[in-house]
Amino acid sequence: MEAKKREPLLRVVKHAELSRTQSFLLRLLAVVVALVVGGIFIASIGYNPLEVYKTMVVGCFRSVMAFQATIKFCIPMCIAALGVTLAFKMKFWNIGGEGQLIMGAVFASYFALFCDGMPHVPLIIIMFLAGFVGGGIWGLIPALCREKWGTNETLFTLMLNYIALYIVTYLRDGPWRDPQAAGFNKIARFSANSQLDKVAGIHFGWIIMIVLVVFVFIYLSKTKQGYEISVVGESRDTARYAGINVRRVVIRTMFLSGGIAGIAGMIQACGADATLSTGVANGVGFTGIIIAWLAQLNPIATLVVAFAFSILEKGSSVIQSSFGLSTACADVLQGIILFFIMAIEFFVRYKIVFAGHKEKKLSQAKPEKKEAAGK
Amino acid sequence: MGGEVKNAIRCEKISKVFGNVIANEKIDLELNYGEILALLGENGSGKTTLMNMISGIYHPDEGTIYVNGEPVSIQSPLDAQKLGIGMIHQHFKLVNIFSAMENIELGTPGKKLPPKELRARVTALCEKYGLETDPLKPVHDMSVSEKQTVEILKILYRGANILILDEPTAVLTPQETEKLFEILRHMRAAGCAIIIITHKLNEVLSISDRVTILRKGRSFGTVKTAEVDVSKLTELMVGRAVNLEIERPATDRSEEVLKVVDLCVERSDGSTALEDVSFHVNRGEILGVAGIAGSGQKELCESIAGLITPKKGAILYKKENMAGKTPREIIELGISMSFVPEDRLGMGLVAGMGMTDNMLLKTYTRGKGAFVDRAPAKKMAETLVDKFGIVTAGIEMPVRMMSGGNVQKVLLGREIESSPDLLITAYPVRGLDINSSYLVYDLLNEQKKKGVAVLYIGEDLDVLLQLCDRIAVLCHGRLTGVVDADKVTKEQIGLMMTGENWEEVREYGG
Repeated sequence: MEAKKREPLLRVVKHAELSRTQSFLLRLLAVVVALVVGGIFIASIGYNPLEVYKTMVVGCFRSVMAFQATIKFCIPMCIAALGVTLAFKMKFWNIGGEGQLIMGAVFASYFALFCDGMPHVPLIIIMFLAGFVGGGIWGLIPALCREKWGTNETLFTLMLNYIALYIVTYLRDGPWRDPQAAGFNKIARFSANSQLDKVAGIHFGWIIMIVLVVFVFIYLSKTKQGYEISVVGESRDTARYAGINVRRVVIRTMFLSGGIAGIAGMIQACGADATLSTGVANGVGFTGIIIAWLAQLNPIATLVVAFAFSILEKGSSVIQSSFGLSTACADVLQGIILFFIMAIEFFVRYKIVFAGHKEKKLSQAKPEKKEAAGK
Repeated sequence: MGGEVKNAIRCEKISKVFGNVIANEKIDLELNYGEILALLGENGSGKTTLMNMISGIYHPDEGTIYVNGEPVSIQSPLDAQKLGIGMIHQHFKLVNIFSAMENIELGTPGKKLPPKELRARVTALCEKYGLETDPLKPVHDMSVSEKQTVEILKILYRGANILILDEPTAVLTPQETEKLFEILRHMRAAGCAIIIITHKLNEVLSISDRVTILRKGRSFGTVKTAEVDVSKLTELMVGRAVNLEIERPATDRSEEVLKVVDLCVERSDGSTALEDVSFHVNRGEILGVAGIAGSGQKELCESIAGLITPKKGAILYKKENMAGKTPREIIELGISMSFVPEDRLGMGLVAGMGMTDNMLLKTYTRGKGAFVDRAPAKKMAETLVDKFGIVTAGIEMPVRMMSGGNVQKVLLGREIESSPDLLITAYPVRGLDINSSYLVYDLLNEQKKKGVAVLYIGEDLDVLLQLCDRIAVLCHGRLTGVVDADKVTKEQIGLMMTGENWEEVREYGG
């Protein structure tokens, strides 16, 4: 009797846990595939993708000024990513980086606008602290509410973004409106005394960025508090079992997470923009989430990924001037990259087997990178 | 195939691979109508995987399944149902607020039957196979064994005559198990083909006609039950002869370490978990706790360990009350207690961390300053690897990637290394193979000899009776008695597990 069998066309099969190198390569591959797909997109609107990519990269390094502008993009994105890294490590889904950044900018701006008679160094220090506290409070609110009433932190932090944004609008149109401004309402430009100093041609936010990268790296991997964050993130039951006060860790970490985003806001308002506007965050809080995720919550990798993203940002303004392409193209590219990175997570864990395609005879089924590329 | 007897199920060279784990490798199996086949094997030997392929949850990578002599491809549980195959899982899939008969009808094709007719059908089924159930009783009022009966009825109602039961006795008392077996024998007489998955050897011997043994994903042949005994089965299952004796050394038990007085605990949903529980544990003694799963064992452990604040009552550690104190406060009082929780990777260990970071879990606050000192933890991890023969690719490899036995060695090792005076262990051998289980028993005995007071929450009554000095029995959060292990029978404990007091059952047995 001949055995006749129906087999399903596709099957999803779990494969062995990949090594770190393997999963890194897989993610790198996702970026490459994303660039290819992005290239198809660019070609479809009538441009040569290689030319466009080349112009983007070259445009970021062609002069000292261009490079400085690239770094300026990098600073807020990197710091915002470091902020959410702390929360994500704890599996607290803080997507309120945007609002925390804005509130940091608001708090710092108060001192920039109304205390600019103070000596420069103390003023900058106070603004720095104000930015940290402002963002910290915005991170604290959802943490307190979750620990007290079990609210959903994702929705809560998201909504706080809008509240923060409209606080800026209110200040701009009301109490903080610049009376000298003709036409549209705006907040006055900060005096030189309340702006960040320049080091090597860029406001010294870049030094703060590097210090924060090192700080977050050491904090997470070497300190007791960092250890607590990892344990709480892995399992709250284990944390309770170990005698960790989970509530305190969540609240403390969210204050810190928001506070770091707030520092980004302070740097952006007092360094790059020299004023407070509704565009102070400009989506950086969200880009920070993407960066933190791509960097697998590793602070050092965050710096690298943030730099890559700033090439994308700066590059897009270059292609706008050279090709007349909209900067929205950069957003499309970012979206494509993120899509592929998220999709690749599936292949880090599973693979697809087609009917008829037999497993390699029960020998250890080696994870294949090619397979992922095909999808 | 030309034979006179048509197999209900025949598996030919079935293989299944998960990642680089070979769950099943070229397994052959035969099941006839009118017989009960026991599928015996240690945890991880591939029993459940094989059965999941027969019931349509997985699809085999290689090999063929024949039902009634015809090769078939079972792609979903629905396909299995059409072929007359039904599986009863360890975790019941019932709607709590529905009655027995509503659950039985749920998901069947066709129109809803009028209640009277449905009831008549269910009753008829019960009579045919000798089951007892009240069709109108809501599931949330049922005991575990009643729920199981509903699960069986659900499958019979769908016309199945091939039944697979995955460890059905794990949640039952000895009396309930006997009742289930009675039902299964009835069904066998009615012509059903039954596979029962288990790793309890006594049960295999009492219920089955034939035994198929799986070891490490392969079939190690099939034997007639009448031709084997417990030690022969163990040998087949493990691969060599194993000494199944558990020793119970005599020790000095003069000092009381833990005393629990009138302990009352509520669950977070407000239901009562423990009610007026009182007992004590002396040094050099293992006190076993028996009871049906969910009788309050978890809450008992967690309130002693400081994870739950009791509603009422005292937990005295050498006269010091620690009820309501947090784990941190208990440590600060200088109380040296270790707790090996039931959920090893979800509570006792951090699954995504390596051994080193897991060693730190209770000691990371030691030392001054903001930084964690990982050097002693690393040393301790290395010591444990040597001492307990832990198999790992490296002490920094996440513990979730280790096998169950090694995970338990890491957890138990860490807890023992802190030289506790009181050791609480919840189901420490659950999911472990025979060798690892016996290693755990030896470790506990070693602690006992050192003068540690051990609280052992267990499920296998045979083990409890051999290992423990005294046994406390819980039923619905009440203590039905604390008895000397050598003065009680398994049947008496079974009765106490269902709510009878020691005074009542004392006259029976013995």
